[in-house]
Amino acid sequence: MTSTSAALAPAERAVQLLGSDLSEVALRQHLEGLPAVDAVGLEARAARFGTRSIKTTSKAQALDLAIRMIDLTTLQGADTRGKVRSLVAKALVPDASDPSTPRPAAVCVYGDMVGHAVEALGPAWSAGKDDGINVAAVATAFPAGRASIEVKLQDTRDAVAAGADEIDMVIDRGAFLEGNYGKVFDEIVLTKEACRRADGSYAHLKVILETGELFTYDNVRRASWLSILAGGDFIKTSTGKVQPAATLPVTLLMLQVVRDWERLTGERIGVKPAGGISTAKDAIKHLVAVAETCGEAWLDPKLYRFGASSLLNDVLLQRQKLTTGRYSGPDYVTID
Amino acid sequence: MTTTTKTTTRLDVPKTYKLFIGGGFPRSESGRVTEVRDGEGRFVANVAKASRKDAREAVRAARKAQPGWAGATAYNRGQVLYRVAEVLEGRKAQFVDELQRTEGLSAARARAQVEEAIDLWVWHAGWTDKIAQVAGSANPVAGPYFNISVPEPTGVVAIVAPQSQGLLGLTSVVAPALVMGNAVVVVPAASSPLVAISLAEVLATSDLPGGVVNVLTGDPAELAPWLASHADVNALDLTGAGDLDWVALEVAAADTLKRVIRPEPGIAPETPQRILALTETKTVWHTKSRM
Amino acid sequence: MAFLDYAPAPESTSILSLREDYRLWIGGEWVTGGGEPFASVSPSTERQIATFAYADEGDVDAAVRAARAAFRDTWGPMSGRDRGKFLFRIARILQERARELAVAESLDNGKPIRETRDADIPLVAQWFFHCAGWADKLDHLGLGAAPQPHGVAAQVIPWNFPLLMLAWKVAPALAAGNTVVLKPAETTPLTAMLFAEVCEQAGLPAGVVNLVTGDGATGAALVRHPDVDKVAFTGSTAVGREIAKALAGTSKKLTLELGGKGANIVFDDAPLDQAIEGIVDGIFFNQGQVCCAGSRLLVQENVHDAVMDRLKERMATLRVGDPLDKNTDVGAINSSEQLERITRLVDRGVAEGGEAWSPACELPQEGYWFAPTVITGVEASSTIAREEIFGPVLSVLTFRTPDEAIAKANNTPYGLSAGIWSDKGSRVLAIADKLRAGVVWTNTFNKFDPASPFGGYKESGYGREGGVQGMQAYLKAGER
Repeated sequence: MTSTSAALAPAERAVQLLGSDLSEVALRQHLEGLPAVDAVGLEARAARFGTRSIKTTSKAQALDLAIRMIDLTTLQGADTRGKVRSLVAKALVPDASDPSTPRPAAVCVYGDMVGHAVEALGPAWSAGKDDGINVAAVATAFPAGRASIEVKLQDTRDAVAAGADEIDMVIDRGAFLEGNYGKVFDEIVLTKEACRRADGSYAHLKVILETGELFTYDNVRRASWLSILAGGDFIKTSTGKVQPAATLPVTLLMLQVVRDWERLTGERIGVKPAGGISTAKDAIKHLVAVAETCGEAWLDPKLYRFGASSLLNDVLLQRQKLTTGRYSGPDYVTID
Repeated sequence: MTTTTKTTTRLDVPKTYKLFIGGGFPRSESGRVTEVRDGEGRFVANVAKASRKDAREAVRAARKAQPGWAGATAYNRGQVLYRVAEVLEGRKAQFVDELQRTEGLSAARARAQVEEAIDLWVWHAGWTDKIAQVAGSANPVAGPYFNISVPEPTGVVAIVAPQSQGLLGLTSVVAPALVMGNAVVVVPAASSPLVAISLAEVLATSDLPGGVVNVLTGDPAELAPWLASHADVNALDLTGAGDLDWVALEVAAADTLKRVIRPEPGIAPETPQRILALTETKTVWHTKSRM
Repeated sequence: MAFLDYAPAPESTSILSLREDYRLWIGGEWVTGGGEPFASVSPSTERQIATFAYADEGDVDAAVRAARAAFRDTWGPMSGRDRGKFLFRIARILQERARELAVAESLDNGKPIRETRDADIPLVAQWFFHCAGWADKLDHLGLGAAPQPHGVAAQVIPWNFPLLMLAWKVAPALAAGNTVVLKPAETTPLTAMLFAEVCEQAGLPAGVVNLVTGDGATGAALVRHPDVDKVAFTGSTAVGREIAKALAGTSKKLTLELGGKGANIVFDDAPLDQAIEGIVDGIFFNQGQVCCAGSRLLVQENVHDAVMDRLKERMATLRVGDPLDKNTDVGAINSSEQLERITRLVDRGVAEGGEAWSPACELPQEGYWFAPTVITGVEASSTIAREEIFGPVLSVLTFRTPDEAIAKANNTPYGLSAGIWSDKGSRVLAIADKLRAGVVWTNTFNKFDPASPFGGYKESGYGREGGVQGMQAYLKAGER
């Protein structure tokens, strides 16, 4: 599973894979040479995951895993310190009635809220360690990404400086749709560099494709591949601001890309569907898709995340039902 | 050039009536012929009498020619069949004469048969680019699929032609087989071999690719069993086999699940069903999505 | 426990209320058969489900007489509109009892509940619903005005899709105005008996549908019965051939849906992930016991290894086991005889140089099981590239050019189905033109629909089921 390519700078590694200079033409030929996607077959396969019947022990395992994979998110213009504190509190104690309830992977906020989130997390903040809750920040002029590169990079640097463990950047969909793949690539490379901390370590980079604005599955595959080539640690479906967001077929397709990437390089890239996953049932379908596409190794918050807010409480309700044998209700879980 | 003797009547140049296989006119490999005499007992011709090996060669030629004929455009097949009618029309007198000699018809009856046959070729020529529209379908399946069904040729068709009305009977079975692109091995009426071979000459000069139609004059009772049991024949048309042991032929055909058209009442000529009986419905699915 | 093991999720059998023994259903009555009753066992447990009456020649004769009487007295004279309404009723009742039928089918056949629930039974209802609408529109089938039913239809169906094959036979026959005598397969008679209950609930007149359970001799007696006008058979090419011979010289109409050795052709520009799914659906659907299975994988040489890697990875996620578990992908083989045949042919394939591979999977102790298997290194001349295995066994061949793919695909006495996987539309259509197969799936596989004609070229039989063409098979042109 080890590969030297992971240590290479993204551009060098891309050159190695493309076997030529990293010109716009070479990049285009590479991306357009990826296997085609047949939409009907992809959607049929995705629907099949929904027919898996996950019961008893498997369900308990899945629900806890789903919680541990959540990036508990608030991304509103109306976000305040208070709202962020409340979100963090929910992350710290998802279900006061059951102390065995696991915590989500991260809280995800706008860049200017990172400091407040870090403060509210206190000792529970992971600060780059393996245990604890991460702070993820959306950056690069999220959600539209329509700003100069300088603004996008400064946005990123600010968030990292404030303590963000993870950066959720958006790609330039306009450039992608223009066929200007090199521009998209370069921005990811630069943003990755902006994730560099003073000590030389890097905040994790999640690359948001905003699949709803890419329109076709072939585009999603190419954008996924491009993002990984450029050094993204995670590929993420959407901002949650554009519909459709994280559909299961789109997520499946991205899972197939990271599986292929691992086959090629030995390197494991994460996938984060975000937007529209609000029920435990949806989350379990995703976990089935992850396990059957990439294998059990991907059933890990390091490699799979749910960008969500209301999902947590639905999972908690299901969890209570498994524990007590009775159906629970919304008044028995806390709002954030 | 000078003439040294004066004659009042010119000596005829009689035709050698051979088989029609793969676009050529070979004699039977067996060397056999059948003597044909007219109603008054006068010698007319020694017609080649095909053997089982000739039948084998004919099937081989048909198989080789079939994909090309099926692959021709429907417009092209239509023009070729129409060309057959045109050439027949130009040679009408010859066919009238041959029918009079072998079937003992009056000139008027013989002419009527030839004209009916010509018109039947025209009728079939017009079907080539329409039958798929009439018999095909776009199927509204319950899913995101483009789905169509089209009739396609079944392949190589062996035919025992009707034993009466030599030219018309032959046309009524051969033409429908050709419409969609089958190749044919036909045993014509034993009593009317002349028009069968003359029709072969017409076919040979009508841009029909060699091997698409193969004509085996001879004894249907001798040839039919070999064709019925031949594994590389896809369909067996027994329209003219009513006087043979056709049940045995149908049984033989079942060994490779050949499509069989039974003798009378069989399938009426000059109907789309006659054409469709020698087709296969092929259904093609394709996924359909904007994504 | 690994997540992928999934905890058992068995579908409850409590929805069933089966009898201990089933009799023949003739003329609307349950009657005792003349022969020794026989048992049907569940292939996944080898446990007996129920016993079934054995119809001898006398019973077959009684059934044909009942069908004749119904044709003469009730069904024949009935308006198309009313026939259609009966069929619509049947379709609805089938939907209402769908879960029960799905469970019964899985139990009796061994196929996964996922398939009976999501494919077999929904299609059964859809088939009746589709044909129901034809009953009063027969003038528009292209046979001229007022086409006529043949009369009594004798129908013999196989064990691989018991109720679905019944629907394919009964629905168009009844819509066209025929009455039927149907013989279910010896190893899967159960859902046909439940269908009789459905007919009773629908108030279908007595004798319109008659069901005679038994074995091959029962079927032979049925198709040879002199008062039968139309025979429809789905099953092996060997039996189809015998029926065609038996019917030679008679005036009976015959349609046959027989064996196959379908080629599934994967080009190097195929949507690969979907092609893998299509290969899996093509050969492991219903344990490969499908006449139109994509049992010969023809893969372009330059993507052979990539396809094999992905295929094996995918096969490793297939769950083999209890057919009634909702997570089961591959169920039990229908009978010990069938299992023996599969085993023998796979052994032969390996002996001839093929390399067999199966994912690690624990097969149950009881019942008839065969792990999903792929055999690489198969040549066009290999036995397993020629003979229908009718099991979860994929033979893999390679090709270099489109013409070679076409030649290899067509190099078989069968001609039922084929698949093409390519992103290039023009090539797909051109190759579909050249394949001598009745159904060509492009970028998909094993899809069925009552509006879509199904049936084969060459030794895969003749006639079509489904669509206009399927209806035509049960009618003759009206008087002109």
